[in-house]
Amino acid sequence: MTPQRQLLSGDEAVALAAFDAGVRLGAGYPGTPSTEILEYFAHLGGRARWSPNEKVALEVGIGAAFARARALVTMKHVGLNVAADPLFTAAYTGVSGALVIVSADDPGMASSQNEQDNRRFAAAAGVPMLEPADSQDAYDFTLLAIEVSERWGIPVLLRMTTRVCHSKTVVRPRAALPAPPEPDFVRDIRGRVMIPSNARPAHRRLRAKLAGIARWNEAEGPRRVAGEGRQLRIVASGVAFAHAREAAPEAAVFQPGMTYPLPVEAIRGFFDGAARRVVIEEGDPVLAEALRAEGIAVEAKPEMYRFGELDVARIRRILAGGAAPEPAPAPVTPPRLCPGCPHRAVFEALRDLDCIVSGDIGCYSLGVLPPFEAMDTLVCMGAALGVGLGMRATLPAEQARRVVSVIGDSTFVHSGITGLVEMVYNPPSTGHLVLILDNGTTAMTGMQEHPGTGRTLDHRPTGKVSFEDLARALGISDVLVVDPTVNPAGFRELVRERLDAGRLSVIVARRNCLLAAGKIKEYERCDEP
Amino acid sequence: MSRSVTNIVVAGLGGQGVLKASDIAAEAAFLSGHDVKKSELHGMSQRGGSVTSDVRFGAEVLSPMVPAGEADFLVVLDADQVQINLPLLRPGGRLIDPARLEGVRLASRKSLNVALLGVLSASLDIPETAWRKAIATHLPEKLHAANFAAFEAGRAAARGDGGSQ
Repeated sequence: MTPQRQLLSGDEAVALAAFDAGVRLGAGYPGTPSTEILEYFAHLGGRARWSPNEKVALEVGIGAAFARARALVTMKHVGLNVAADPLFTAAYTGVSGALVIVSADDPGMASSQNEQDNRRFAAAAGVPMLEPADSQDAYDFTLLAIEVSERWGIPVLLRMTTRVCHSKTVVRPRAALPAPPEPDFVRDIRGRVMIPSNARPAHRRLRAKLAGIARWNEAEGPRRVAGEGRQLRIVASGVAFAHAREAAPEAAVFQPGMTYPLPVEAIRGFFDGAARRVVIEEGDPVLAEALRAEGIAVEAKPEMYRFGELDVARIRRILAGGAAPEPAPAPVTPPRLCPGCPHRAVFEALRDLDCIVSGDIGCYSLGVLPPFEAMDTLVCMGAALGVGLGMRATLPAEQARRVVSVIGDSTFVHSGITGLVEMVYNPPSTGHLVLILDNGTTAMTGMQEHPGTGRTLDHRPTGKVSFEDLARALGISDVLVVDPTVNPAGFRELVRERLDAGRLSVIVARRNCLLAAGKIKEYERCDEP
Repeated sequence: MSRSVTNIVVAGLGGQGVLKASDIAAEAAFLSGHDVKKSELHGMSQRGGSVTSDVRFGAEVLSPMVPAGEADFLVVLDADQVQINLPLLRPGGRLIDPARLEGVRLASRKSLNVALLGVLSASLDIPETAWRKAIATHLPEKLHAANFAAFEAGRAAARGDGGSQ
């Protein structure tokens, strides 16, 4: 327990609470804005690991929680799409220990490919969801999520947003939770083996748990009310609660800490007798729809505020009833590939060869910007392979021969491997070329390790996945490893030749990220016996 | 927002130390016993793009973001980023940009962010000990001496501006 007042980011506060609560295992995949949670948890002395992707991380968490441990699983919002399969059925099985899943949403898309609202996942999967407004909430709600998870034997979603993850606010840690029993395997075949005959009663159990949680949330769930009794009454969740209090000091503002199941009757009571009832929420109108479905007449924001983050100025406009166009944001200098970045040589070649580039997610996504403009598609982690293969399969041959799949090292491990299997299993008649841009780190999110680096989250040596060996083991004969920066013209000619060779090729373009190279050298020196 | 909250925006390009500067300012305010919120979006902006970071402190801070046009102080690390960020400043707010350090010799350009905090510090009611502790907390020990010097140089330059030299 760390009693003193601290200035922490939301991510750090989650980690501190997990540490104070004796969480046995943290697992996740790096993704802005969630990455710092596991890093800080490890920094505090917690046991944390990067998994190859969010699905595996959640499965690891489920296993730990089946073993009666307290487990924390972290990911960004789109990571929960990847982990959705285990999530929906873990809701049925429930857990014996505690399972807290952090979904870090990114309204406004500061660093993401979409701004999906993962509050929808809570209702879809049937798992309770807590929404912190600041770092104190992040700390308190992490502890509460563990308590709820243990009391009802159910996974709990902790829904953060970029603004909550990355803002630093003051945290006063509270008394630690009672220690859980030691991990132990207790057989529960009907509870955990989800064949249909076991899953049918499990679904009923889940609904009964949710009904119990809903009753508890109505009676004594987490909530804050500021300015009780005023005529203008606002319900706001997450960071919108803080913005709304500032934007409308004349209003009463209610923050439901647990937004699924929603404390509908408590909110009905809060609104009772109000002159005006308004719901302020980022993203989709989730709360407004839920309250209207319960017969509570509320004002929701105009459609234009579905897009992007909210802030004090936008909330003032919503309350003023304005649907007038908003002021254009100030022009900013866009990010770009660093000077000397090894990806530059690759995108120069792809541009010069007029390739049709099926791209992927990472720093190298910046290959889409001038002076390269050498990326034609970007959908989700790992899509470079499948999308490239789909285009190869259907385009006229002279276009198909220009298609190349480009994917980074960490992204390849995350979900490119199954795409490579697809390529071997359903090879296009024109062949195909996959470029794995291996810069030795997960650069985009801040230099995290991954299974291809052969080092753990805290940079210690471990098993290492070799991309070239993996590709060869799948039966791909043309596998080359090159440093594209040594001879850029030669690299370009190699790509030209492979694009049109009518065979399946993998080129691993390997050179360490410029920003990580020094650190990597240091780690490698430490690794030597 | 009541005037009891001080609003600072630090701006520049990724890699210039914007976030480090806002971390130090937030820590100094925190160590002085204020309620503090600090906010920015980091991620892709690390790659040389525009970055801003908000620091707010006072008796009670609500939103973590400084509303546009309500910044009391705008600290800009890159001369080219001044114009696009000026609308953040309130009327009568103070711009603190590299021009404020004219004639000041810094041992390293890398401590420009801390030197500008020195300029800022002259206008804030935060004890110098809190600033020094915040700098020491957020920078590796081998950089302490250079950054203490940069901070002092900025603070002295600001006081010079006030005509007390």
